[in-house]
Amino acid sequence: MSILVNKDSRIVVQGITGRTGLFHSCQCREYGTKIVAGVTPGKGGTEIEGIPVFNSVEEAVRLTEADVSMIFVPPSGAADAILEADNAGIALAVCITEGIPVRDMVLVKRTLQGSKTLLIGPNCPGIITPEECKVGIMPGSIHKKGKIGVVSRSGTLTYEAVKQLTDIGLGQTTCVGIGGDSIIGMNFIDILTLFNQDPETEGIFMIGEIGGGAEEEAAHWIMENMQKPVASFIAGLTAPPGKRMGHAGAIVSGGKGKAEDKIRTLMECGVSVCRIPTEMGRTMLAALKG
Amino acid sequence: MNIHEYQAKEILQSFGIQVPRGHVSLTSRQVERTARELGGRCVVKAQIYAGGRGKAGGVRLVNSPEEALEAGKSLFGKVLVTPQTGPKGLVVRRLLVEEAVEIEREFYLSITLDRNSSRYCIIASAEGGMDIEELAVNAPEKILTLTIDPFTGLRPFQARKLALRLGLEGELCEDCVKLMLNLYRCSLEKDCSLVEINPLVVTRAGWLLAMDAKISFDDNAIYRHLDYPAMIDCSQIDPLEITAGAFELSYIKLMGNIGCMVNGAGLAMATLDMLKEYGGEPANFLDVGGGANKERVAEAFKIILQDPDVRGIFVNIFGGIMRCDVIAQGIIEAASDVGCPLPIVVRMDGTKVEVGRKLLLESGLNVQYADYLGDGVEKIVKMLQ
Repeated sequence: MSILVNKDSRIVVQGITGRTGLFHSCQCREYGTKIVAGVTPGKGGTEIEGIPVFNSVEEAVRLTEADVSMIFVPPSGAADAILEADNAGIALAVCITEGIPVRDMVLVKRTLQGSKTLLIGPNCPGIITPEECKVGIMPGSIHKKGKIGVVSRSGTLTYEAVKQLTDIGLGQTTCVGIGGDSIIGMNFIDILTLFNQDPETEGIFMIGEIGGGAEEEAAHWIMENMQKPVASFIAGLTAPPGKRMGHAGAIVSGGKGKAEDKIRTLMECGVSVCRIPTEMGRTMLAALKG
Repeated sequence: MNIHEYQAKEILQSFGIQVPRGHVSLTSRQVERTARELGGRCVVKAQIYAGGRGKAGGVRLVNSPEEALEAGKSLFGKVLVTPQTGPKGLVVRRLLVEEAVEIEREFYLSITLDRNSSRYCIIASAEGGMDIEELAVNAPEKILTLTIDPFTGLRPFQARKLALRLGLEGELCEDCVKLMLNLYRCSLEKDCSLVEINPLVVTRAGWLLAMDAKISFDDNAIYRHLDYPAMIDCSQIDPLEITAGAFELSYIKLMGNIGCMVNGAGLAMATLDMLKEYGGEPANFLDVGGGANKERVAEAFKIILQDPDVRGIFVNIFGGIMRCDVIAQGIIEAASDVGCPLPIVVRMDGTKVEVGRKLLLESGLNVQYADYLGDGVEKIVKMLQ
């Protein structure tokens, strides 16, 4: 088992004719992912690398039965692309795009309230179920099928964690990059809930970073609900304060956001936390052995 | 992106929010002239990209054009150090000269993103002029918040409830409702990540006035506001951060001597954490980002080399969206362009890593290769001890 994507997932790529979109669509297909369609408005009816291109997601879904969308549309059109995926009844939209304006995402998030479409990202590496389905930009080769669920706000730091897990003999059920923006689709708790229900996932590695209070919320959720061991790393212990963190934002989250606080809360809630990034694999292994 | 108080006030004014009369000045003579126009008694305020100016001596109340001239002379070129500037402080290049206002009551008012609900929210308090973060810790019950449904926008009745809770009545309450609606419109139309009026005052004459204002723009939305780049005051930003910004690289100058180039913000932070844990001191945070090309990597490398504090360079790349051979080419090009005498430790992993490694080792640069993150960190820290 796995969560959200598997070997039967059928992917439509929004923004497939762009350089990045095409490169990664091919990479995903090489990994074994079923890339069934691409969407680029104005280029419908053509083909690229043997993949049929449509003018709209709705058309792609109707003709290819795509159920997952991978979005590479540039920031100015990315919010619209997510809304289009939602409108077309896509089950899971994975938005890789970095740099979508906050105002646009506020509207997207509001529209998705009560919708059946789940969103991963934006500004994320995507999601991978090793040896079955890769929907994103992560290097497939470092992943191995196994029993650990990975959830992360980061991109490359996730690769570092996954490589350590694989090297130490811990394969993964599914790895999810939830994205580094202040407004994202599925959050830590959404993903942790799925891993908790997935019979094959035996432990979870969670990667957080400074800013916001999502890690603290996840920590409390874990304490109350999680039946499996969770290990974690939080980046930014030595990050200079005040940089990139707005004044009033700190108030709303009630003084939350510091790595030190997140680590303390996680540990208080029974999560094994490592303080340096080279210990991620070993910390997970130790947590599994209890 | 930050802007100055005087720029924020110009924007607020364009949305119908009243601010004190005044002008920004670049010379002491201009300060004197503005003070004369305002009738002599006025406030001279240093314009820097940080709060806490008052306590650092950056705000002066003067009673005559002569005093204003003196205040101008002593403030221009002065470096102000406040809790928000860091130890190096920020230099004063612009002064805002404003009429002195008789104040009856003070409030706090801001609009920002509430990450928990993914909506904008209004934050208000009847305890204006105070450090709002301090207030949040010491007396959180005095802070009122209201999250705004983006589908309905801020409704007048909601703003009225808030204004009443602030203790405003009658016409003042209705003025405040209008002000809040304008503030919300400003926050949306200008793509503000923060718009803050602190204090918002009721004057003796019974007007609402934005005495101090702060606006930050959402960096992701700058592309749709063609006038924003010209508003940046380069004197307030580290020159290397400006160069980095031009290449869309995320760079922050730090205090140490190990120049760092990492791909991805999370891994970059983790790398700094790791260096510190091993006794090293990073000279910078630099995220070369996802889709960086050879040119951007080369620029990133040159930026690191321009920092006189750097004694050695640590490159930590986990190729995902980014290819290791591209990184290697960028480093080699930059190093041969400007000449790099410093030792470099490179740790690369991910796509096309073998090609990248080979390119670097055959380049003739002073490069050591590390297979693992821990290995690389140990090597660079030892080298600089």
